[in-house]
Amino acid sequence: MLRKRIIPCLDVRNRKVTKGIRFQNNVDLGDPVEMAVAYSEGGCDELVFYDITASAEGRRIDLDMVKEVGRAVRIPFAVGGGIRNLQDMYDVLWAGAEKVSVNTLAVEHPEIISDGARQFGRQCIVLGMDPVRTDDPRCPSGYEITTRGFRQRTGIDAIEWAKRAVDLGVGEIVVNSVDADGTREGYELVLTRLVAEAVSVPVVASGGAGTPQHLIDVFQKALADAAIVASMVHMGHYTIQQIKEELDKAGVPVRKKW
Amino acid sequence: MIVIVDYKAGNLTSVRLALEHLKVEAKVTQNQADILAADRVIFPGVGAAGAAMKSLNELNLVDTIRTVVARGTPFLGICLGTQVIFEYSEEDGGTPCIGLIPGKVRKFQPKDPACKIPQIGWNEVKFTRGHPLFAGIEDESEFYFVHSYYPVPTEADYVLATTEYADVRFASIVGRDNLVATQFHPERSGRIGLRLLRNFCDWDGTC
Repeated sequence: MLRKRIIPCLDVRNRKVTKGIRFQNNVDLGDPVEMAVAYSEGGCDELVFYDITASAEGRRIDLDMVKEVGRAVRIPFAVGGGIRNLQDMYDVLWAGAEKVSVNTLAVEHPEIISDGARQFGRQCIVLGMDPVRTDDPRCPSGYEITTRGFRQRTGIDAIEWAKRAVDLGVGEIVVNSVDADGTREGYELVLTRLVAEAVSVPVVASGGAGTPQHLIDVFQKALADAAIVASMVHMGHYTIQQIKEELDKAGVPVRKKW
Repeated sequence: MIVIVDYKAGNLTSVRLALEHLKVEAKVTQNQADILAADRVIFPGVGAAGAAMKSLNELNLVDTIRTVVARGTPFLGICLGTQVIFEYSEEDGGTPCIGLIPGKVRKFQPKDPACKIPQIGWNEVKFTRGHPLFAGIEDESEFYFVHSYYPVPTEADYVLATTEYADVRFASIVGRDNLVATQFHPERSGRIGLRLLRNFCDWDGTC
């Protein structure tokens, strides 16, 4: 049986892993390569890195870091933040990343998804989306896509966008709830399930994980295929192993040997 | 020298880095003479079968692959590299492939919509018999998969391990003589994947 994946998310700024709430009040947590190795040896199933300032600073992603991570870990990892075009995708993938994640770029230039899927295979194109709860009548699902690190509202319905992105060629969707991000109060189960039921590709839940029960809920009630964790492991509240033990007890299939 | 065949079917970096990790010297190449002279050959690949076969034909590598396998050189297929050594793939409206293993490659058709395609993630690999490649690896270990199509060999003899997904138990490792091929990615499968690659680097091609 396919295992549910636990994916630590490393937000990187100036070569340091950092964590804030809704992209604010960030504190630095450590070196991205060292943390990647520690999580990999601790039993995580995959990793994701976001270069959170590349976009705002108008520079390309930190490729040296991607190369170092590629040399250091033997599990898959995705990289996002600051991807501007096909060349950036190529550079990140050839530096050793398994997947490349696009978010704002895909909303503003959806053809990057089809171009990337054609060039590199859809399995390496991940759509990151940051939906927020809304009453906007243009968004019948009740969730609106934001871009530029939650700063920009788009009037685009989250579910419509998810379906369209799959048609264009994404191989996986990371659903990062703006409302839940950094709160450690649990994933946005309604949103995650809406997306999971709407698309044929795997869905990764993100934002809000604080306890192992939150992961159990998102797998069992919201049909997520994988779950991103950040604060709860970065701050040392739980280890990956502890989370997996709780998931195993609850009957969620997880990888137990590494 | 180990040769990693580069036929423009996706990213070879992780295979190269995994061998680097094992301190095994490897050469990434699309050169026929290099491939024919290799001590062992790794044939990876991600993406679609149609584009992969087109590229192999353009590079004149189809016969090279057949020849190097026929002369007994230890040969490891990975993911798409595994699929294109079958006779035929359903992908891209039907693609004739290299034909080193009798059988074809089919698309997952899950009945349950909650079962997602591609299969992405770690799944269990159950050995159907012993093989030098499995030395030190426990049966039912987990490996990392990323695929929408799966191999269906006509001969049960060629199935070395199976995995279950989308209502089918498919051949996740196939092999005969000096050829082995995995549907999963050993180069992305942590310590256990590295062990399988190590075993391949030590294998004399007999079983």
